[in-house]
This record gives sequence, structure tokens and C-alpha cells, in this order.
Amino acid sequence: MNRTEIRLSGFGGQGIIKTGYIIGEAVAIHDGKNATFTQSYGPESRGGAAAAQVVISDEPISYPHVIDPTILVVMSQGAYNKYVPDFRKDGLLIVDEDLVELDEAAEGLKTLSIPATRLAEELGRKVVANVVMLGFLTAVTGLASVEAMKKAVLSSVPKGTEELNLKAFERGYEYGQGVAGGHV
Amino acid sequence: MSRRGALSGEFFMMGDIACAEGAISAGCRFFAGYPITPATEVAERMSRRMPEVGGTYIQMEDELASMAAVLGASWGGVKAMTATSGPGFSLMMENLGLGIMTETPCVLVNVQRAGPSTGLPTLAGQGDMMQARWGTHGLYEIIALAPSSPQELFDLTIRAFNLSEKYRLPVLVMTDAEVGHMTEKVVIPPPEEIELYPRRLATVPPEEYLPFKPDEDLVPPMVNFGQGYRIHATGLTHDERGYPDTADDSAQWPLIQRLIDKIRLNKHDIIQLEEDGLEDAEVVVCSYGIAARTALWPMELARKEGIKVGLLRLITVWPFPEERVRELAGKVKAFVVPELNWGQIALEVERCAAGRAEVILVPHPGGGVHKPERVLEAIRKAARR
Repeated sequence: MNRTEIRLSGFGGQGIIKTGYIIGEAVAIHDGKNATFTQSYGPESRGGAAAAQVVISDEPISYPHVIDPTILVVMSQGAYNKYVPDFRKDGLLIVDEDLVELDEAAEGLKTLSIPATRLAEELGRKVVANVVMLGFLTAVTGLASVEAMKKAVLSSVPKGTEELNLKAFERGYEYGQGVAGGHV
Repeated sequence: MSRRGALSGEFFMMGDIACAEGAISAGCRFFAGYPITPATEVAERMSRRMPEVGGTYIQMEDELASMAAVLGASWGGVKAMTATSGPGFSLMMENLGLGIMTETPCVLVNVQRAGPSTGLPTLAGQGDMMQARWGTHGLYEIIALAPSSPQELFDLTIRAFNLSEKYRLPVLVMTDAEVGHMTEKVVIPPPEEIELYPRRLATVPPEEYLPFKPDEDLVPPMVNFGQGYRIHATGLTHDERGYPDTADDSAQWPLIQRLIDKIRLNKHDIIQLEEDGLEDAEVVVCSYGIAARTALWPMELARKEGIKVGLLRLITVWPFPEERVRELAGKVKAFVVPELNWGQIALEVERCAAGRAEVILVPHPGGGVHKPERVLEAIRKAARR
């Protein structure tokens, strides 16, 4: 089955859910493939656990849930502790290196790190850390085309923040190209 | 009916939002509701969109009042909808019955969560399927549709409005938290390409009008309150004038017969099924909504094992497609019925199979979806018969 499963995880308020939505829109609307996006979050709007799941396929997606993701993005220690121990050994783990401490659970895993939150702070707004991460993810995975991702970012962010978000995307994308030398 | 402000194009859209947009595309211009997870996004979207399209949104004090307001709005001449989940659905039952008895077109969406009681508010169930059929007291037929994707939630919300106008009754959209909270591509056609069934208004002058005198297809033409016609709409058993006639069963007989027959005799028009691979199937997966969708993967696995398995997906759950199930029961070994409950539609399949084919329920208490291997195991078991 031609199917890619991605899980993004962190805490509420980081834009984890929004990031999953943007990936789904980029794939399903701008790249013309199929995407199913589902979310899970705690009762709190900020600070609780948050996770976004995206299934991508060239074919119609019957089973909507992520079962065994090949890409795991982690932006909090809580999410790391929850998802990394069960993560498949040939998967790609992506972490915000300032928010997550790697331990033996990540041993042997292909792991890429980016200080997404710090880079966002350097751009002046911590809230765009998720978009920095999205740029990074686009550079190192090629889940969707750069153009599709940018269009999806622009249609999803609040009016007046387009420039900042595009900058954040570019910053993450460049960082990804530097780290991975392009797609891994 | 105004189509001002309806969207068109391709959207990456959550099921609940697609439901609200489907209603708007269908011409719905009144929403009364009380927010409840996982149906809140329907109300939230309508609270923003109704003022934009010249409609009315009212947050009511509870679900009893919500359903009552929807009935009132419909008699006022506006297409009206409410959306809720399990606990709210229970509270709407009384006025659902009033809607059936007064033959009031409207749409009631139930984004099902796992129950009973407050249960699992954020997680899916399909435990209200029999409540949809029999939840309000008395005897009647009902129409219930079961979407299995955000696109279908859009499409079937429109269909629900059309059926409600055509047959003059509340139509239920029985979705669930999985489909309601899932986000996928939704294509919204240009307004002129969406077929709408207009309200069947009376053409006779007021002095000749009998509000409950049916046309040939058993459905009476309607008038709206304030149009200059004399109307009495009551929950009491009534004659063709709408006057209560409760001394004996003389009005009850024709009224109940007609309320039932207007649906039963038009079943061919109302029932919609998706069928796949039934020509040579030995095993039929019969399901609906999210459970039908998650069964597709195990069906694919079973086919790879050489099992001849077909799909009968109930897009219309009520009225139940009795004839089709009876027909298949004579040809196949077994039905496999996955549903997010402990056996509700499986009972209907059993009733129609009447012992001619085995019926294997794949139950689930709600709170998730069926794991593919559980459905696969049931298909294998069915094939071994």
C-alpha cells in the first residue's frame, strides 16, 4: 500500500495541530494527492499534550488513523516519552533540540535536530516555531512540494502575519538543507 | 431560496465544517443548537456563517428548545437544522416526534460519541442507530443517512434537506466523532450545480386548503405560517384539517398508515447503497459510516487471501434496505457487520437474512475504530462456513 504516515507531537499552544492541517492542505489541495488529517489533544487549550496525525497516499485513504508512522516530529519531552519508545526503528525522528533531551529510546534511530523554537525567537516571535519546523520538515522529507507548503501556510495563518510566517518557513527550510543536504 | 454566500471550490475541511457548509449550500438559513463535543464545530461554523448568508443562528438554552426552535423556523418558511451528540440527541427525542407528527421538514445531525450517558465526549461511537429509529415514542418511519467522509458529510447534509422537503419529516444525519473531526479534501460544486428540492407549497386558495390532505404520493403540500392560510399543527392525532380527533382510532388509522407509507412506499427513492464486488461474493461486509470505511482495508487483505468478499455500505440506514439484504442472504454464506456498538444494525441484517445466511457481528464499544485484524478475522471465519 502506497501510504505515508506522519505524527507531529508536542503541547497545546505550539501550533502542532495547525502544522498537521497545513501539511494535509499542501498535499490534498495544492499537490493533488490524498491526505487525511486527524488530531488528538487534552482538555486544556494550552500546555496539555497535542498530537496531529497525517496520512498521505496517491490512492484513496480508507483507514484514517496513523498506525505505524515513518516520520515522527517531537516538540516536547512529554511527547518524546510517549511516542519515541514505540517508534519504528527505520523511521525518521525529528526533534526541537532545545525542548527535547534524547535518551536510549532514540538510540539507533535516524534523528534530525533543529532549534526551531530558538530560531523562531530570533525572528521575533516564538509562535512561529511550528512553521520553522514545517520548513525543516519540507527540506528533509519532501512530503509536499515547497510551493504547495507555502501556499498552505499562507492560506492558514492569520492576516498580517504572512511575511513573518514565510520567513519562518524559509529559515527552517534553509536549516534543513544545511543539516541534511537536501532530502534524506 | 437564497444561495447567497455559499462556498464553492476545493477545501481541506473538517467533517463538522463540511456539514455546516452542506447545510448552507442546501439553503439552510436557520440553526438553533446547544454546543456539545464532538458536534460543536457545526454550531461554531453556523454561528459565524449564518449572519454572513442572511440567516439566523440561535444558541438555545438546551437541546429540547433547540429542536423546538428548528420546527418553528421550518413552519416560518426557512430551512432549519440543529446538530448535537448523544446526550443532546436524547433530549431532542420528544420534539423529533412532534416534527414527525406535524410533518415538519428539517435536519437533525448527530455526531455520535461513545455512550451511554456522557460516555466518551471526544471519541466516536455508533450507539445511537436504534435510537435514531425508535428513540421518540410511538410508531413512525424515519430517514437516517450515514456519511463516512467529510465529503460525504457535505453531500449527505444536502440530501437530508432534499429528502426532508420531499417527504416532509425531520431527516437524521447519523455521523460520528471520527468523520466529524476528520479533515480531508472537500469539493463544493458551484451553487447552480447543486440540485435542491424546493418546499412543496400549496397551490389552492386558502378557503380550499386542507393542511394534512396528501397528494398522490401521500405527502401533503405545505404552507408557511403567516402566509394567509389557516393552519393548525398539533402533536395530537388529527384529521386532514389538522384538527385533533382523539375520541377513537378513526383518525389514527389513516394518519399513521400514511406517515408510515409515505416512507415505505418511496423506499426505492430514499435508499442509497454503495456496493462493491457483490456479484460473486461469498461473504458480505455490511456496514455504514466510519465502520464501513475502516473495513475496506481488511477486505483488501482478505481478497489477497483469495476470499470472495463484497461490500454493502448503507448510505441510507433508515429505512433499512430489507429487499437487498434478503436477496443477498439467498446467495452468500455470511454477512460480517462491523459497527461501533454491541449489535444494532446487525439485528436488522439478521432479521432480513432470516437464517439463510449467518450474521457475524464485529462489535466495538466506541472510543476508537475497529482494528483491521478484528474485521479480517471475522471475514475469515465467515468464509470458512
